[in-house]
Amino acid sequence: MGLTRQSSGFKTNTVSFLKGVPAKEDLVIALAGNPNTGKSTVFNALTGLNQHTGNWPGKTVLHAEGRYIYQGMVFKLVDLPGTYSLLANSVEEQVAGDYLCFAGPDATVVVVDATCLERNLNLVLQVLEITPRVVVCVNLVDEARRKKIRIDLDLLAQELGVPVVGAAARNGEGLNQLLSAIAGVACRRISTSPHLVRYGGLVENLLAAIDPAIKELFGDHFGSRWLALRLLDGDQAVIAAIREWLGGSKISRVKKGDQRQGGKLRYEPGFCSQAGGPAQRG
Amino acid sequence: MSLASAAKLEDLLKEVEVIRGQVPVDLNDRIVSSIYDRAESIAHKVVKKEKPVFDWDARLDDILTSRLFGFPSMILLLALVFFITVTGANYPSGILAGLFFRGQEMLTGLCLWLNTPAWVNGLLVEGVYRCLAWVVSVMLPPMAIFFPCFTLLEDMGYLPRVAFNLDNIFKRAGAHGKQSLTMSMGFGCNAAGIIACRIIESPRERLIAMLTNSFVPCNGRFPLLITLAGLLVLGSGPSLGATMIVVGMVVFGIMITLAVSWLLSRTLLKGVPSSFTLELPPYRKPQVGKIIVRSLLDRTMFVLGRAVCVAAPAGVVIWVLANLRVGEMSLLAHAAGWLNPFGQLLGLDGFILMAFLLGLPANEIVLPILIMSYLSTGSMTGLDSLEALHRLFVTGHGWTWLTALCMMLFSLLHYPCATTLWTVYKESGSLKWTALAALIPLCTACAVCSLVAGTARLLGLV
Repeated sequence: MGLTRQSSGFKTNTVSFLKGVPAKEDLVIALAGNPNTGKSTVFNALTGLNQHTGNWPGKTVLHAEGRYIYQGMVFKLVDLPGTYSLLANSVEEQVAGDYLCFAGPDATVVVVDATCLERNLNLVLQVLEITPRVVVCVNLVDEARRKKIRIDLDLLAQELGVPVVGAAARNGEGLNQLLSAIAGVACRRISTSPHLVRYGGLVENLLAAIDPAIKELFGDHFGSRWLALRLLDGDQAVIAAIREWLGGSKISRVKKGDQRQGGKLRYEPGFCSQAGGPAQRG
Repeated sequence: MSLASAAKLEDLLKEVEVIRGQVPVDLNDRIVSSIYDRAESIAHKVVKKEKPVFDWDARLDDILTSRLFGFPSMILLLALVFFITVTGANYPSGILAGLFFRGQEMLTGLCLWLNTPAWVNGLLVEGVYRCLAWVVSVMLPPMAIFFPCFTLLEDMGYLPRVAFNLDNIFKRAGAHGKQSLTMSMGFGCNAAGIIACRIIESPRERLIAMLTNSFVPCNGRFPLLITLAGLLVLGSGPSLGATMIVVGMVVFGIMITLAVSWLLSRTLLKGVPSSFTLELPPYRKPQVGKIIVRSLLDRTMFVLGRAVCVAAPAGVVIWVLANLRVGEMSLLAHAAGWLNPFGQLLGLDGFILMAFLLGLPANEIVLPILIMSYLSTGSMTGLDSLEALHRLFVTGHGWTWLTALCMMLFSLLHYPCATTLWTVYKESGSLKWTALAALIPLCTACAVCSLVAGTARLLGLV
């Protein structure tokens, strides 16, 4: 939609969105995807905000957050920079990877472009290594229809092991299914079992070798596989991020009791695992 | 970090060290190729592609990004947008101005009826109201036409093609190819353009892009360029001439951007340009309705609102300056007289320089302030058309084509508005670069204007 209030003038320096909702109550949803697949359009469609959208890659430079309410629950949506992979080749990739791994969102939406699914799937497969709680949003299905490309969404969901929703965010098509899939995955009403990529005997053996130590350190609430790969690759940035995570701000989200009992780190239970559960709330 | 987890991390890192020897050197390649294979096999299963239809994207790109037609089509599109703007903005501008000045007479009548002291009428009606009226009638129509047109191009996916076309030239200037994208954003708003510079990874090239961003005219400066261009060709028929002048200005601004980038990359910010990949996104059918609503509501109203906020106090300042007398002359005349010699050197005059100084908070009010200060020293009250503006400038204040040209050049090249400078400070975190972001354009503007004015006078063209 071109420049907006938030993206031009003085407000470029002070972007802030809906405030006043207590943050710990929110379910955090990360929005990932290749550049120019319409992440910001999905973001706007879900939150009702008017983030700057434009048809060029790399447009989202501001870290955008917005909130929306669905079935009585508050969802915080975080728009990550668009990346082609999470192999930490650039700042954006590192930011996106670290966020998914260490911020531990309750669900991650990967927006993919229906007109070039194959290239977009690379990112989906990498995200699945970090977190199993993924919803794949196949965006721009209207564009694909125009180009006579047909995608078997059910089969794709089977192949990936996570929910897949077809959408044309610009027209609002598929948004309801997307909202319900996000809520389902975030509250674990929908269980996901992603089919992970196998890297061949040698690499798999190495991964298996360090897996126990990683599980020991982090529990199994997030992607030990991705971390293991980064460590094997000798990625210093990820080691720094682990140190920060262990010592930093996130520690406040860890139950003190757990720490005393042998230092197991675990997130506080999310909003929806509280008594009653979300389904009943809605 | 608790001791236990710190120890565990060390254990883990040690374990990793032990097996690092067994890690194949091509680990990353293996990972990537496994992922690609899997993606390919999934895509193969789920995607059904019917026989390829006529590929519009590729055909369009053949023309819009070709060596031969890339540049001409770019300039043609730009010219088309300006032509629509210049032609379309004329009539509503006149109508708005007419309405507002009828309103002024009514307000003055009201003041007389209420028996208010003369200064109340002066300050509120001749100061605040008149300045606001000018801002709205001069700026609203061109913005309301230009913004939707430009947003349309952005939404369709034309901007990355511009970047593609310009990439090579920017490289040769020692700058980053993505600078053409941030420059395009600058057409909308220089502050947004400077934020967009974050997409450039290398700090050296990012600074070059930030320092040169204000050389493309932003929203706030287009109305001035368009109005003065209209003035230059007044009476010569259709607005084709005015369009060519505005396009010329924009192209000149881009050339200055390149020249200054080149200079910076060879002096203050030495280095080799880094390479990058830019994906050309598909063309998309723009959502015309939404674009018009959003660009009117968000951009037009935003820019106008900002201009109005700045224009109201500016109106007060101008009125006070014009009506406080020291000795025989008003303060405004004193200040303008003091600035006049320097103004003349640049082909301008003291009042114009005053307007640019007072316009620092927002460039959109420069022209209204100038009109205000001219009016406050003369006797004319009603201005409702380009012809009236022509009378005021040419007959009343001795403008020549050189004055108009130099004012356009100065507006194009001078320091960015306060918001943009503040953004540069926030982004670079350095007062030095912020100061340079103001000084480099200012010096460029002074150099170009004095050169043009000097040459024209020397050749006896004026």
